[in-house]
Amino acid sequence: MKLPLSWLRDYVDIDLPPAEFAKRVTDAIAEVEGWEVIGEHWDPDLVRVAEVLAVDPHPNADRLVLATVDVGEGPRTVVCGAPNVAAGQKIAFATEGAMLVDGHTGKLSRLKLRAIRGVDSAGMVLSEKELGLSDDHEGILVLPEDSAIGAPLVEAIGDVVFDVSTWANRADLLGIHGFAREVAAITGQPLREPDRSYSPSGRRADEFVSVTIEAPDLCRRFTASIIEGIEMRPSPPWMQQRLMRAGMRPINNVVDVTNYVMLETGQPLHAFDYDLVRGAEIRPRRARPGETLTTLDDVERELDPDMLMICDGDGPVAVAGIMGGGNSEVSESTSTVLLEVANFHPGSIRRTSTQLRLRSEASLRFEKGIGPDLAPYAQERALHLLEQVASGRPAAGLVDSFPTPLPSPRITLPAARIEQVLGIAIDPAEVRRILSALGFDVTESGNAFEVTPPFWRPDVALPDDVIEELIRVHGYEKLPTTVLRGALPEAQPRPLERVRERVRSLAAGLGFQEVISYTLTSGEVLSRVVAPGDEDRSQPMAAANPVASQHSYLRTSLRGALLAAYASNRHHEDAAMRLFEVGVEYLPTEADLPHERPVLCAVLGGQRLERWERPGPERLDFFDAKGAVDALLADLGVEGAFTPEEHYALLSGHTAAVSVGEEAVGVVAQVHPDVAASFDIEEPVFLVELWFEPLTRALPERPDYAPPSRYPEARRDLALLVPSGTPASSLLEVIRSHRARGVRISADVFDEYRGEGVPAGQKSLALALRFQAGDRTLGEKDVVRIEQGLLRRLEQDLGATLRA
Amino acid sequence: MSTTEAEVDSLRAEALEALARADGEAEREAWRADWLGRKDGRLTLRLRGLKDAPAEQRAALGKSLNQLKTTLESELEERRESARADALAALSADAALDVSLPGRPQSLGRLHPVTQTMNDCIEAFAEMGFRVFEGPEVEWSRYNFDAVRIPDDHPARDMWDTIWIDTLIEGERQILLRTHTSPNQIRVMEQSEPPVRVIVPGKCYRQEATDATHEWMLTQIEGLAVDEGVRMSDLKGTLYAFARRLFGEDRQIIFHHSYFPFVEPGVEMAIDCFLCRADGSDCRTCHGTGWIEILGAGMVHPEIIENAGYDSSKYTGFAFGVGIERVAMLRWGIEDIRHFYQNDLRFLRQF
Repeated sequence: MKLPLSWLRDYVDIDLPPAEFAKRVTDAIAEVEGWEVIGEHWDPDLVRVAEVLAVDPHPNADRLVLATVDVGEGPRTVVCGAPNVAAGQKIAFATEGAMLVDGHTGKLSRLKLRAIRGVDSAGMVLSEKELGLSDDHEGILVLPEDSAIGAPLVEAIGDVVFDVSTWANRADLLGIHGFAREVAAITGQPLREPDRSYSPSGRRADEFVSVTIEAPDLCRRFTASIIEGIEMRPSPPWMQQRLMRAGMRPINNVVDVTNYVMLETGQPLHAFDYDLVRGAEIRPRRARPGETLTTLDDVERELDPDMLMICDGDGPVAVAGIMGGGNSEVSESTSTVLLEVANFHPGSIRRTSTQLRLRSEASLRFEKGIGPDLAPYAQERALHLLEQVASGRPAAGLVDSFPTPLPSPRITLPAARIEQVLGIAIDPAEVRRILSALGFDVTESGNAFEVTPPFWRPDVALPDDVIEELIRVHGYEKLPTTVLRGALPEAQPRPLERVRERVRSLAAGLGFQEVISYTLTSGEVLSRVVAPGDEDRSQPMAAANPVASQHSYLRTSLRGALLAAYASNRHHEDAAMRLFEVGVEYLPTEADLPHERPVLCAVLGGQRLERWERPGPERLDFFDAKGAVDALLADLGVEGAFTPEEHYALLSGHTAAVSVGEEAVGVVAQVHPDVAASFDIEEPVFLVELWFEPLTRALPERPDYAPPSRYPEARRDLALLVPSGTPASSLLEVIRSHRARGVRISADVFDEYRGEGVPAGQKSLALALRFQAGDRTLGEKDVVRIEQGLLRRLEQDLGATLRA
Repeated sequence: MSTTEAEVDSLRAEALEALARADGEAEREAWRADWLGRKDGRLTLRLRGLKDAPAEQRAALGKSLNQLKTTLESELEERRESARADALAALSADAALDVSLPGRPQSLGRLHPVTQTMNDCIEAFAEMGFRVFEGPEVEWSRYNFDAVRIPDDHPARDMWDTIWIDTLIEGERQILLRTHTSPNQIRVMEQSEPPVRVIVPGKCYRQEATDATHEWMLTQIEGLAVDEGVRMSDLKGTLYAFARRLFGEDRQIIFHHSYFPFVEPGVEMAIDCFLCRADGSDCRTCHGTGWIEILGAGMVHPEIIENAGYDSSKYTGFAFGVGIERVAMLRWGIEDIRHFYQNDLRFLRQF
């Protein structure tokens, strides 16, 4: 909201500099987002108020005139090109040296006088543009009639306009008078009331119009006044200026008064041309099916029965609380005005304005909740102003339909509650001072305050609401910093999160860069990595209103995001890349929230760096990916089993399922080259996925432990020939399970070879065997005997033979 | 083989001369084998031949030969020692490294700056006894809005532009991407009894146009403490400790009035600008005010306490919500929030 300081000062004295004022308002009332100083460059000696005494033709130019102006120091002649200059006007006048906005360049420059078409000019009559008020350069600025001749212009119309963001529950702050009340409370200054006096005359208002509320649940109060003898014309300059400073466009005196009073009080008003109201009656009711209304913005609105309409004897004349209809609009020919000031159900206004996609200054205020007693208050203020600026003659009395007045809530605030909530006590005198300044009624009874909020504060209903009023005005800086007391809650075990965070840290330690991607993706990207038949993943949940089409679906796989990140970084990265993300797959669940399945997804590929940090000849491959999984699992104290598997989007023969015990915990693979290519990746790229739910289930409570043996282990290297389809892991399993008189045998594979010297259909695997007895040092004979037993077993089980 | 004293002298001369010529460890070893070799070293043979020497000379000669052996052994050791010293001197001088050459590349990954910042926040609050809780990102609107006192037709809904899920349940849209972590205040209280002291990290979403300070996907950490005797001054103390932990020991904080439907009173917290220190300059971060807003907070609304089944006259609580990206931007001077989720390694590797 735009808050002109000059307007605020009608109701409360303010002598703080803008920055200090802004800080104090932000601390206690609402957030000041900035301010604009009007007249910052107007030198008080050089830019002043003057009166135009006469206007005469220029001897040498048809489009220029000679204006005689008086700035309080006798008549002076000025050359002027403005079409609207006229004798009797008060205008802004600049003499040589004044800082003005150049009409052509738009930049600030110092005024230099010169003869124009042969006539010397004593100064310059200024337009809004030259004063920096607007871009209007068509005519001169005409000042209010009561401006004092010779006064510095900055005193006459200079201002500071604050831009303030208020709260969703505070309609009263959207009125300048309401805001002034808050300022008065924080500065300790008295609050002045706007003039609401007027002289009723003629017939009573209820002889002109009747009001029947047919939907009392939506229309809580409806007041109508009648003003006769209206003279439609532009509103006076002072009113126009204030409206513009507050961000509204002047229309005519009647509409301007309704806007002015709304800006002042926060209560929206609407003026009807009385002669266009059919049947001399007003009926706030729900719209009927099929009804329409063309609103003031010239749009035909389709109405539905949830919407509250203001109707006359024939039908809708306004969408209640949002916008009037064109059929009853005030115009140049209006002579009698019916002024509506009503109170509507906030939620209903909001629903209707949302449905119609029509937000107005009125709806923004109504939807926040306005006290019903503000209606007659605003009526009186408007009648006062209509008398003044439209020569109106208010009829006696208001038509006031208020079916169920609500009693003011009484709130009992125990004094102890203040300290219970805040941690500090507030002196009872200070409590009374703050609440009274804000318009609350407060009495003390025993150890409690009985508080009645004013009608403009429907947001205050509970003791703690009152406490907020107290502390914000008292000052949050008075709140000390203390330490939480009391017992700590019991810790809940969170095994999955613990595993997830451990894996996340280690992945980074293993050389993978963590990325975080948008969790909404496109159906097209998902379809590249998700099998069409994957029921969990091929029907992702869709956003109804995505921020962009590439973010339409909740991802059911992280793979697309990782491959996209790999591809986009490949443009500027020459060497190997390793990326990972820890996130969730959003797997749809019938009529429920999706299952958010936590996973790690990593991609890697590219040329390994050589000694000089340049990409070397060797590329990352499947076994780099697998090695990372080995390390991650080893860190968790388990060992994975890798078995060949077929997976969508992954290269067959280069894909392994990872399991720990009975649980399938992930996958490691080369991404299918066609899929990689669809992300513009033209090199082998590898993928790891670990699934935290089964992985957590698979972890033992504690890892296996055996004390280190006191006896040395014996080592033997062997090369075995096996059928080429035999996985190395099956040899290792047999070896691990082989028992030989208390000797533990373990083995590592250290080479795989096919080719010369190895029969076709076979491969040679080199194994490093280690023999360990828990109770003795093994001799050569022992080892040979055990090895021979092992070889027989390997031959029996797997057809393995010793390579010659 | 017998030896004379004169021969001992000439043997000594010959051996020492040969040793002087023996450069390098291989030559020295050959010399040792030649003279002192256990089987057929020249001196070894002489010593072995002592038994053939005339009995009256044997003792003196034995002594001379043994002296010679000791001399040769110690000379050899000396030569070896000096050669080692020379080699080390050469290693330090002639073979000195250019230590400014690059190290052998290791593969190094890093955690995302949002993760790092989140971890630091979690650690700061964990030290104050806060437990971590996590809730769903895809949330019921009744948790995201209604349960935290933002009914359907309330203008406070405008504070959170919402991405809705296009799934109808009983004819209505009921599922959304949570706009804040605050629904977890309800989820936590539903599951536990006081004392409650939790932080809830996680992603949130807004239906919002992006610019340098707005992103539609963001990361928050929610804090909630509910117990007998929890005061707003405790909130201030908790956040003060947090601010100092993350932004420096000399940080100051202020509260100013704000409005969130689920707290009463509601505040925003600002820290003093550690970039311009309010020197009146045209600071991009604090806009010359000297204060940087970093989070919203307040005392848990008594209706929410009651809805959780707690007695609001006995139990009070505070809640706060911190935007992690904002904290990260301040810590590192990151100028544009949109960097975070572009996954550009040139950005990510700097943290």
